[in-house]
Amino acid sequence: METLSSLADGFAIALTWQNLLLALLGCFLGTIMGALPGLGPSNGVAILIPLAFTLGLGATPSLILLTSVYYGAMYGGRISSILLNIPGDEPAMMTCLDGYPMAKNGMAGQALSLSGIASFVGAFFATWGLIFLAPQLVKIALLFGPAEYFALFALAFMTLGGVSSTNQAKSAFAAALGLGLAMIGVDTQTGVPRFTFGEVHLYDGLDFLVAIVGLFALSEVFIFLEHRHGEADGSKSRLNIGRLTPTLSMLKETTPTMARSTVLGFVAGVLPGAGASLGSFISYSFEKRLVDKKKTFGKGDPRGVAAPEAGNNAAAGGALVPMLALGVPGSGTTAVLLAVLLSLNITPGPLLFSQNPDVVWGLIAALFIANFMLLAMNIPMVGLFTRLLMVPPRILMPIVAMVSFVGIYGISGSSFDLLVMIGFGVMGWVLRKLDVPLVPIILGTLLGNSMENNLRRAITIDNGNWFTLIDSPLSIVLWAIAIIGFLLPVFFGRKVKSRMHERGDEEGSITD
Amino acid sequence: MSDRIFGVFGLLLAIGFAFAALAIEESFLSDAVGPKAFPIIIAAVLGLSSIVIALRPDAAPEWPTFARLAEIAAAVVMMILYAELLPEVGFVIATFFAAAYLTWRLGSGLLASLATGLGTSLGIYVIFHLVLGLSLARGPLGF
Repeated sequence: METLSSLADGFAIALTWQNLLLALLGCFLGTIMGALPGLGPSNGVAILIPLAFTLGLGATPSLILLTSVYYGAMYGGRISSILLNIPGDEPAMMTCLDGYPMAKNGMAGQALSLSGIASFVGAFFATWGLIFLAPQLVKIALLFGPAEYFALFALAFMTLGGVSSTNQAKSAFAAALGLGLAMIGVDTQTGVPRFTFGEVHLYDGLDFLVAIVGLFALSEVFIFLEHRHGEADGSKSRLNIGRLTPTLSMLKETTPTMARSTVLGFVAGVLPGAGASLGSFISYSFEKRLVDKKKTFGKGDPRGVAAPEAGNNAAAGGALVPMLALGVPGSGTTAVLLAVLLSLNITPGPLLFSQNPDVVWGLIAALFIANFMLLAMNIPMVGLFTRLLMVPPRILMPIVAMVSFVGIYGISGSSFDLLVMIGFGVMGWVLRKLDVPLVPIILGTLLGNSMENNLRRAITIDNGNWFTLIDSPLSIVLWAIAIIGFLLPVFFGRKVKSRMHERGDEEGSITD
Repeated sequence: MSDRIFGVFGLLLAIGFAFAALAIEESFLSDAVGPKAFPIIIAAVLGLSSIVIALRPDAAPEWPTFARLAEIAAAVVMMILYAELLPEVGFVIATFFAAAYLTWRLGSGLLASLATGLGTSLGIYVIFHLVLGLSLARGPLGF
């Protein structure tokens, strides 16, 4: 009951005109970014973070804006999957399999609205899951000391590559690179400068927002320059959208599918290293095995549209659980959301629920509101979004680049940060070519300092004894999970990845 | 082959990082671990993973042709110029040129590029500066 009254307080915070407006704006922008191929939830949120700051929004309003973008992008990814057979972002890949055939059968409108409803079901129940699971996780997290936190950070890094990672050496390289970048600047405990090479600009450390926007948004611009996607404009054969609401019998047929996929997706989202792509993949394959008696999956079966959409949106909600309760994100986009919290001087983790209950519950209430808005927005207004898909990348990409520059310049007003951002953009491009995941780099720059602080605190408390790191049963369990999670993909990674990529083109190394 | 070069580069980076870590001046007031230990652990992970990458390379990615590489290099130069000139000439002018250049290189016609550049620049100026009140770089002309 305590939970419900906190939730009611949350609604009281979220239901102001300003916050509602921000949620609406976030949902709208998020859906567009999700729908446009090449801009996924992580870049979408990344580009908008600097703006939320420079607008001087407080903590709760900024979070409401950015999580609405996050949920919106998760909804939006399906639009181009269904209409163009190009996934708008990686989690929407599985939606292509049945969504595009449905559209070709003249049922594009039904596929869009059905997937909208499935997204709503997934996200709605996942938010309830978040409400009930996160406080339980907080109770466990309160038992954590510095040694356990250090182990938890290690776990996050070692499992971040995910089960579908093909080359764990590259994930490890990325994590170490990110952690190394975080070390730049004045050491917080002793006050000595590290890796600054006498450059005064570096004494404060690298701003992780600069790194995020450079790695995600600018590298995307370079990818487009390399391929000159401008030629891909030709796929604009007007599809017949058809009837915009699904029939009752279709809804009835897909309800059990949505329910099962929501549960699977939520679990996949909460677990470290899985994330939304895996959520939608598991949901789809599970449904296929369970109900595909007449071999209709892959030929435009509505259940094949509902399953991955419910799955990936449920996973998006599930991924917020470890991020809020432990301060350790499990996926790329939640890592970006963590950046938001850190820049707002809010430390996520168990204390967040007791120290800033207004932020947590306001955010959760905002998720509900965003969800209803998205449902309302996505069914009648889907035609508008399909028209926005026609904006060619040659116009869109310069806008993305310029908005990135504006945002970063707005924070610091220094050309130096812009140069660093360009450097990160080039680095991001090279690393994506080499198939090195970018998310561990981001997570490393975000968490590097607190990881080091926990290490030093743990060892200082125990008078310089390094074995204190594996001294409690809890930390041994965490290390064990970390090691298993790191080694598992070495054996199974290739298999899972090749199944996930049987169809649909590679979207680069930015996952969910 | 790409991965082998990448691995060797990563190893050099790790060695450089380790040396830079060893060169950190210790303060006389230090905790039990000190400011060097964690960076050295990172350098070790970086080095080990680079060695593995070099020894067990993935299939080489498809590198763009020289012309495409030059395209990207030119865009980088343009962005650096943009970053340096932004405070000098002001937001609207700098952004107009940068956006027009990128649109042109992504395949728009000359006139269309100029129009897109102008639209992007003015659009961002109106939305972010006039409506949202963000402070953008101010040039000699006041915008």
